[in-house]
Amino acid sequence: MSDLMDYDEVMERFDPALGLEVHVELNTATKMFCGCDNTPGGEPNTKTCPVCLGLPGSLPVVNGKAVESAIRIGLALNCQVASWCRFARKNYFYPDMTKNFQTSQYDEPICFDGHVNIDVDGETYRIDIERVHMEEDAGKLTHAGVTGRIHGADYSLVDYNRAGTPLMEIVTRPILGLGERTPVVARAYMAHLRELMVALGVSDARMEAGNMRCDANVSLAPKGAHVLGTRSETKNVNSLKAVEGALRHEIRRQGALLAAGERVIQETRHWHEEGWTSPGRSKEEAEDYRYFPEPDLVPVAAGASWVEQLRATLPEPPAQRRARLQAAWGFADLEMRDVTGTPGSIDLIEATVTAGASAASARKWWLGELARRANERGIELAEVGVSAAQVAGVQRLVDAGTINDKLARAVFDGLLAGEGTPDEIVAARGLAVVSDDGALGAAVDAAIAAHPDVAQKIRDGKVQAAGALIGAIMKQMRGKADAARVRQLILEKLS
Amino acid sequence: MALTTADVARLADLARIELSAEELERFAPELDIVLAAVASVSEVAGSDVTPMSHALALTNVFRDDVVRPSLTPAQALAMAPAVEDDRFRAPRILTEEG
Ligand SMILES: [Zn+2]
Repeated sequence: MSDLMDYDEVMERFDPALGLEVHVELNTATKMFCGCDNTPGGEPNTKTCPVCLGLPGSLPVVNGKAVESAIRIGLALNCQVASWCRFARKNYFYPDMTKNFQTSQYDEPICFDGHVNIDVDGETYRIDIERVHMEEDAGKLTHAGVTGRIHGADYSLVDYNRAGTPLMEIVTRPILGLGERTPVVARAYMAHLRELMVALGVSDARMEAGNMRCDANVSLAPKGAHVLGTRSETKNVNSLKAVEGALRHEIRRQGALLAAGERVIQETRHWHEEGWTSPGRSKEEAEDYRYFPEPDLVPVAAGASWVEQLRATLPEPPAQRRARLQAAWGFADLEMRDVTGTPGSIDLIEATVTAGASAASARKWWLGELARRANERGIELAEVGVSAAQVAGVQRLVDAGTINDKLARAVFDGLLAGEGTPDEIVAARGLAVVSDDGALGAAVDAAIAAHPDVAQKIRDGKVQAAGALIGAIMKQMRGKADAARVRQLILEKLS
Repeated sequence: MALTTADVARLADLARIELSAEELERFAPELDIVLAAVASVSEVAGSDVTPMSHALALTNVFRDDVVRPSLTPAQALAMAPAVEDDRFRAPRILTEEG
């Protein structure tokens, strides 16, 4: 592992320059250039055809929906849309590429010259976007072989299901002047892009699943020198935390090199979750890829009317929507931060409110009980198996006093087991709260008899001791007692 | 611009074509003649001629985003030199991903 300079010391001596290349896999039904199923995963090599296997004589045809997604992404990033552009072949040899070239775009990206504003702790940072271009993903490699042996037995296995998945590359211009906030702003930019992709509906944008990954470039220049230093590029960083960590590490590593009078080598690097990077290959020159216009695909010409039609489909910008909903729901900043930090929860809460629940109760269920269940199963909140309408239905029963929050958890069990509507589950499982004075009164009498010392304290005026009796009664009635009524009965009987 | 044998060796390496020393010596001047011919075409094509990459003046040939049947794994793997666990088996990879 390399020497590192103290982060604050680097900041005193150097200015960092940042550049981010983000790859986003589109969630179109089919691949970029063929009609193969584009849903992720599946048994190996079940989603391939002559086109995505690169068999001789096959001809690619562009997925129109993917082009629309590319334009919508560009528009959401305030880009210009090229009125005419072509695909290009990027030539290189690697087993995850079936054709020995990647169909990409070179000097004619579909979208260019955009920008986004990123808010970090009340400060706004402008990030300039150089380009958004269309390309295709590669297959998946599994490295296999006899461990402990360097030669001979090692080999790789290739699954081409992912080969040809539409991939958008979003490239920033060099971002200067961020100083010590460089890693934090990079992270916020990634979070912004992720949110934007989900709002546009163009990608699942799950970084942990590789739907969105970032190549993070950073270089250092002597403070105030206004030049660009030699950069390193940390490849395929796939979490927000890792983007921040990789940049911090690279800044400290480069600081130590430069301070020791050494040079930073222009190279790619790999991020390790333990918090460091290791060198990859030396960065090749663009000319080594021998780009040339793709002869098998005709140009894409985005006319003004098509572009305007697509612009009309853009969603409300996520930051604006967040502010609007926070005001409407009356959430404190901290409450809203929890919502923002739980992917998908803002949509689910909104739908639950639309279905009739209060915002506070919708937030309580989605970020509490249901988030816990999603975490336990390692799935997204939206996949937890309960709908917004069902959550509103459960809350309606709580509001009516039919069940309490604790019994509501059993109703969610029933919903997940497919036992019917919340009302049917309450009836079938006998979950309704008992508020009938006859049954409750008998339970209270029994509890007083069983806990004479507690009863005496209450008679002596220690009203808070009633909690112990309520607890005992709730336990005995398996949570189904109407706690407020039980409390009233206890105090009536012991005053 | 005269191509050197080193230029040709670099191009051959990028294209994964193995050339002997004699071939490098022979191809450098031959490729030079090809490049000169292309350069003279560039001279004729003035700024009023739009570069073309395609024989047809078509744009926006798109496919609907509708899934079509794929090959079966057996079909996909039929011509592979080596197969394991329904995957293509490739020789050990020495360099990293592009
Ligand atoms: Zn295919």
